[in-house]
Amino acid sequence: MEFKPLRKETKDGLVGYARLEGPAPGYIVDYREAAGRFVPLVSPKLSMGDILGDWAMRLDIGRDDYKVAPGLYAIGSPIRESPILVTANYKLSFNKLRHELGGMDAWIVVLDTKGVNVWCAAGKGAFGTAELLDKIARLRLEDIVSHKLLILPQLGASGVSAPEIARVSSFRVVWGPVRAADIPAFVAARMRKTEAMRRVEFRLADRMAVAPVELAHGWPFALGALALSFLGALPLSSEADAGFGTRFGYLLCATLGSLFVGALAFPALLPALPTKAFSIKGAFLGALWGLASGLACTVLGGMGLAMGAAVLLASTAVVAFVSLNFTGSSTYTCQPGASLEVEKSIIPMAASLLAGIVLGGASRVFGL
Amino acid sequence: MTEYKYIKNGETLKLDASACEGCGECVEVCPHGVFELSEGKAGIRDRELCMECGACARNCPASAIAVTTGVGCAAAIIIGKLTGSTPSCSCGSGSGKPCCG
Repeated sequence: MEFKPLRKETKDGLVGYARLEGPAPGYIVDYREAAGRFVPLVSPKLSMGDILGDWAMRLDIGRDDYKVAPGLYAIGSPIRESPILVTANYKLSFNKLRHELGGMDAWIVVLDTKGVNVWCAAGKGAFGTAELLDKIARLRLEDIVSHKLLILPQLGASGVSAPEIARVSSFRVVWGPVRAADIPAFVAARMRKTEAMRRVEFRLADRMAVAPVELAHGWPFALGALALSFLGALPLSSEADAGFGTRFGYLLCATLGSLFVGALAFPALLPALPTKAFSIKGAFLGALWGLASGLACTVLGGMGLAMGAAVLLASTAVVAFVSLNFTGSSTYTCQPGASLEVEKSIIPMAASLLAGIVLGGASRVFGL
Repeated sequence: MTEYKYIKNGETLKLDASACEGCGECVEVCPHGVFELSEGKAGIRDRELCMECGACARNCPASAIAVTTGVGCAAAIIIGKLTGSTPSCSCGSGSGKPCCG
């Protein structure tokens, strides 16, 4: 693809004034001239690389560098009357936005949120009033459009004060829908939201999309499970049996399984599990898994009853802990509640895990 | 849709009805439908749905809403306790720490 020559210097490192230095990222397909500037035109299509990159993010791979250069972009064939949409410079958010806009003609303002998504960045203030005011001024948005409206994702509201933007700048904030997919319908409805567009949901698909990250963080558990299963399966010195492989297999399934139960079954079953506390919901699920897998170790794996009990104790603790960590991925937990849960559950979880390990050791050494 | 509720949700949320001008901005920005507007005043429909994100307080032009914001993330709270710092969502770019969600 051929790019037009530079006409203006890139100002302050912001995109939207001139051609980017160096090779342009794949999502930039052309440049559009507006107010004497070259504004990068982005494609609404996601490449295979974008799709794979977005999934790598969900597994927490290479997350620190999944960014888009902050600045002004164009999508479709925007004119002076076209809407301005504001987003974060996390590439996953940006990809979602340009993809969902489909055939819309719009301007996109990307704030510098240090590569963090809108909601999290708003909570920290990075997707915030000061950053938006900075971009309104430095991108000289008043030269680009004839109107004074900025459409912001509603979840940016915990960081951006709309009254403050109206007071300090000539622009006015319109709170768009929570989900980018609703933007075309929102714009078509003269920027009016339905109640559903306003609400954060946490449906099965939403929960499963954020679940893999817990699994990606679970590798210390997986290593521990491997080591403890190996030790737990070792033959007694007095034995000359060939049951090591069987015991190791059952123990590994039980222990590694508890990681998967916590990371995948817990988010899937979240609304169906008892109480509001994630750790108790998780302990309940862990006990169920521990009971089943502990019984399998005892009956089918040929290990002592104490080993079954050890699996139950350890599994309850592990699933409770992994489940408690899911508070960070959930969309509705407050800090005082999570603090209370941490305070109340850490010692019981640690005690249960330790008791399980000790009991498992005793079971193996003494043949209980 | 499922309306999720969590322990201690919304306990720090305060709405001063006498200061409320009834603009409806809180209804507009709340992602959990905590507020409702009736007879020109905002009211709390269901406090237990509130995760204390602070969007309402930040956008209330009459400053009629107050809420203590924080991160409802156990990992952040544990790290905060271990390091003696305020729990924060310290994930993401540059921190070198893994990220949630």
